[in-house]
Amino acid sequence: MIKLDHVTKAYNNSHVKALDDVCLEINEGEFVFIVGDSGAGKSTIFKLLTKELEPSEGEIYIAGQPLSKVRHRRVPALRRQIGVVFQDFRLLEDRNVYDNIAFAQRAISVPASQIKKNVTEMLTLCGISEKYRFLPKQLSGGEQQRVAVARALVNQPKILLADEPTGNLDAENARAIMDLLERINERGTTVVVVTHNQEVVRSMKKRVINIKKGVIVNDIPEGGRLA
Amino acid sequence: MKTGTSFFYCLGQGFKGIKRNRLFFVASAATIAACIFMIGLFFAVVYNLNHMLKEAEQSICVTIFFDEELSESEIQKIGGDIANWSEVSRVEYTSATEAWEKFKEEYFANNPELADGFADDNPLANSASYDIFLKDISTQRSVVARLETTEGIRQVNRSEITADVLSDVGRIVGIVSIVLIGVLLAVSIFLITNTIITGITVRKEEIKIMKYVGATDFFVKSPFVFEGIITGLIGAIIPLVVLFFIYRWAMNFMVTEFSMITGTLSVLPLWDVFSILIPGALLIGAGIGFIGSIIATGKHIKV
Repeated sequence: MIKLDHVTKAYNNSHVKALDDVCLEINEGEFVFIVGDSGAGKSTIFKLLTKELEPSEGEIYIAGQPLSKVRHRRVPALRRQIGVVFQDFRLLEDRNVYDNIAFAQRAISVPASQIKKNVTEMLTLCGISEKYRFLPKQLSGGEQQRVAVARALVNQPKILLADEPTGNLDAENARAIMDLLERINERGTTVVVVTHNQEVVRSMKKRVINIKKGVIVNDIPEGGRLA
Repeated sequence: MKTGTSFFYCLGQGFKGIKRNRLFFVASAATIAACIFMIGLFFAVVYNLNHMLKEAEQSICVTIFFDEELSESEIQKIGGDIANWSEVSRVEYTSATEAWEKFKEEYFANNPELADGFADDNPLANSASYDIFLKDISTQRSVVARLETTEGIRQVNRSEITADVLSDVGRIVGIVSIVLIGVLLAVSIFLITNTIITGITVRKEEIKIMKYVGATDFFVKSPFVFEGIITGLIGAIIPLVVLFFIYRWAMNFMVTEFSMITGTLSVLPLWDVFSILIPGALLIGAGIGFIGSIIATGKHIKV
């Protein structure tokens, strides 16, 4: 589903490589953690996958499609295959839960009748159907992240990328969010979680890719033992 | 994909954007209104001035007199040739008899018996003339030069100072108004660009989310373009209404207070000016909004 083939990324004004000759393959339906300290290159991978950045060298494939061949006007179509969740939720404060989720559907011109059906389904899946009229500020951090997950999933992407999804949550809410991501993965969505929360990673027993200074230092398969 | 649904959704977002940034909307609509008011005012004045100049131009002519030995038919032939010159709009012939009749009416109206002494001897026998009216008053100098070298013409009378002044006034008014309107347009575009940039900054987060969920360029940028066009149109309607009342008042004022002038120079009717001003102002308003928002979104939204 995702393949990085000898990918290197150096930023314009720096000789330091954010990623250095990274080779990585994530299969369809996998649940993968990408871990590492700040500046290790995790966010660079995230931005390369959404084509916010271009690699300096190498090639990235999403569902077999080389991203270097994706033209600017086809980028929205690429991004519709990828749902994204952020540490800081990034919800629209002036809209209620329903409209925050529906917004993602409107942005890709889904008909109104279909939006209602899809949003209702996501509200139920993410356990926030009772709060669909609430504004983000009326929700707890955990609930806000559920809304963000629902918004990322409502367009039915093949891949879900979560950048530090538990970073702003307490242990209980973090666990609940990881359970939700696991359920989503069981439905067939490939889930990639970028995090430095070792506790969450250990508890999940999923595949873990460890990055240090732009290089993959180890790739532990599902059920493997973490150092 | 429903293109129509997208269009109306984006249009609706344009209105919502205006509602959200009410203060900026008021500021930029007011600026556009002020600029279009100035443009409209200039247009109304310049259009009327041009109309008056044209009227004045049409009343100015070059008069030519012919050599004494020329017969009536020879004079008419020369007149006919001149009428075909490209610079000439029309010619009016006055025969010697008509000239004497006119003279009598003007100077002997109260003492017709004084003119009777010339009954059989027209004192203006050699005064057959042609009044030559030009299409463009600025060509008078060259036409006069050509007439002076034309065989059979004895004398050329012209009012060169008036012609030059009218021609120069027309040119200066045209240049000044083009420059001023250009500056006002540039200021309007600059201001609407800044307003849209502010709107983009306020909705930065929303734009990022749209980008991540796979919204197209059109979907992300069009609400701002609609916002710009709506602002521009509203900024155009306000001065049109104000100008309508001002123009109507000015027309009445001119007629009642300056009846001496309006007897010779007429002000254009309301509809003559507004049939151009209404579509023109709306087009300029929408154009300012469109160009401003295209510049702003092009610079500040990278999908």
